[in-house]
Amino acid sequence: MTDNDVAVVRPEQRSSGAPPEPAAGAPAPEPARARRGIGTTIKSRERWAALSFMSPWLIGLLAITIGPMVASFYLSFTDYSLGYGEWVGGENYQRMLDDPRLLQSIKVTAVYTFVSVPLQLAAALLLALVLDRGLRGMSFYRSVFYLPSLLGGSVAIAIMWRQVFGTEGLVNQVLAMFGVQGEGWVSHPDYALGTLILLHVWTFGSPMIIFLAGLRQIPTMYYEAAKVDGAGVLRRFVSVTLPLLTPIIFFNLVLQIINSFQSFTQAFIVSSGKGGPADSTLFLTLYLYDQGFTQFNMGYASAIAWLLLAIIAIFTALNFLMSKFWVFYGDND
Amino acid sequence: MATMTETKPPASRRTERRSTVGLRRFVFHLLLTAAAMVMIYPLLWMLSASLKPLDEIFSDPGLIPSTWEWGNYAEGWNTLPHPFEKYIFNSLLIVAGAIIGNLVSCSMAAYAFARLRFPMRGMFFAIMLGTIMLPIHVVIIPQYILFNNLGWVDTLWPLIVPKLLATDAFFVFLMVQFIRGLPRELDEAAAIDGCGYWGTYLRIIMPLCMPALATTAIFTFIWTWNDFYSQLIYLRDVDLQTVPLALRLFMDSQGQTSWGALFAMSIVALGPIFGFFLAGQRYLVRGIATTGIK
Repeated sequence: MTDNDVAVVRPEQRSSGAPPEPAAGAPAPEPARARRGIGTTIKSRERWAALSFMSPWLIGLLAITIGPMVASFYLSFTDYSLGYGEWVGGENYQRMLDDPRLLQSIKVTAVYTFVSVPLQLAAALLLALVLDRGLRGMSFYRSVFYLPSLLGGSVAIAIMWRQVFGTEGLVNQVLAMFGVQGEGWVSHPDYALGTLILLHVWTFGSPMIIFLAGLRQIPTMYYEAAKVDGAGVLRRFVSVTLPLLTPIIFFNLVLQIINSFQSFTQAFIVSSGKGGPADSTLFLTLYLYDQGFTQFNMGYASAIAWLLLAIIAIFTALNFLMSKFWVFYGDND
Repeated sequence: MATMTETKPPASRRTERRSTVGLRRFVFHLLLTAAAMVMIYPLLWMLSASLKPLDEIFSDPGLIPSTWEWGNYAEGWNTLPHPFEKYIFNSLLIVAGAIIGNLVSCSMAAYAFARLRFPMRGMFFAIMLGTIMLPIHVVIIPQYILFNNLGWVDTLWPLIVPKLLATDAFFVFLMVQFIRGLPRELDEAAAIDGCGYWGTYLRIIMPLCMPALATTAIFTFIWTWNDFYSQLIYLRDVDLQTVPLALRLFMDSQGQTSWGALFAMSIVALGPIFGFFLAGQRYLVRGIATTGIK
């Protein structure tokens, strides 16, 4: 695999929600000299074409996304269960405050996210910096480090994790070689969440690839200039690499926080769907599944879903607000 | 000439420098290889455990089985209510539907976003980006009620129809980015030659989009093959179980007694992903690098 295979990352494009504009240098799209009548037919033909191209997406947006969102918001104010439901006002949200399992699940989700994401990104950045040095065999290492993030979400890996960190699992077998008697990590309330955090960190490959692409974008002239000014390796990292990489770090941070709040499969498999032991791996998503699809309290489950959305939205907004203080977008614009 | 020879460092210093660089490089490779081994070891160990006798899984952290228990695979294949190919077939049906759905519907929407002008395009584009980030958990309950009312629970439709409606907005975005990079002159040349919008889309844009389509197909394969949450919710019927559901069933029913067979089927489940990873790595890396989603 050559370096050209990593496509150009354009952070300004990725991070902005701006509407698509015609590529720069494209000729003015409107045929200015056309008579008004022809101009409008062309325009309306284009609109009809757009509508037909967009129609699957539009139907999906209404029927699969926005409709259910509105319905879910409505359901969160009812006690809907298996076809019956009455308006109960804010009772579901009131109930959350006195629900120890819900409070526990918020705590578990928060600990999971705020421990695993920084660790994962640190590992990703470190390995990206090492691999960016253009060593021979770099693409081999990149593949090896990337592979776990492709497989990590699957049931098979979660099953493996359960054995590896089990009482007689691989980890304890290795520890026994050093004379250490290990715990049953996945069945101990103090450590079970730790094994899931480790599993998340293990999948650092995809943010690493994004960091690598970002590092490619830093012009070498900055490093040359810094070298001329006598900057050492550390100084170049702190004053050149890190500031220019902050938009990518920010992007990875936003994305990984959003993702990890939604983690489900690993905790579900490792704890046999119960979030145990002693609710120590009860993610918010697991509790939502339990309420909605095991006990069929769909009204309450909808309220939990909106709580999850609110938490994600708040942290994403906070992330954007704080980005003003540390993300460097270049001073030429 | 004289100055040139002077600027060259003396031969002894040069070789000394080269050897320290060589040493540093060696240490670097050593550390990297060690890190790579730690990362990959659990996978290799699982592969070897799928061929080990049961007691050895719990006692030997090494990679070479003392006896090669190929019987684990036969046992795992036939231990569930259906032979394992039934689950693979179900998974492949969903995967095929999802890939076709995503390729057609997402590329159509992407062509409109990237090339056509229509009212409120900016707003729709922003909404599309927003839906990429929308957690499935927020819409899953009403979706379930909807599909339940349609009588689609315990059929494959809830897993395929949303893909036909471009709900994986991530791929729309991926293709919009790609189509924007294609020269517009091609569209114009096609228009002058009498190509309509559909003709341009089918004959100009789609053939040029092959890399983006390949990325979409590979990611859709991996995500759908790995998907557990929506299959868990919509497929309760034993005849419709997929590979991830079968693995879970296996683990909960008899995983404690036949780990070897369970690992064997886990390896079978990971095999196709690994294959796609080897074959399509270029597209995977490109997909991540341009859009940033695993």
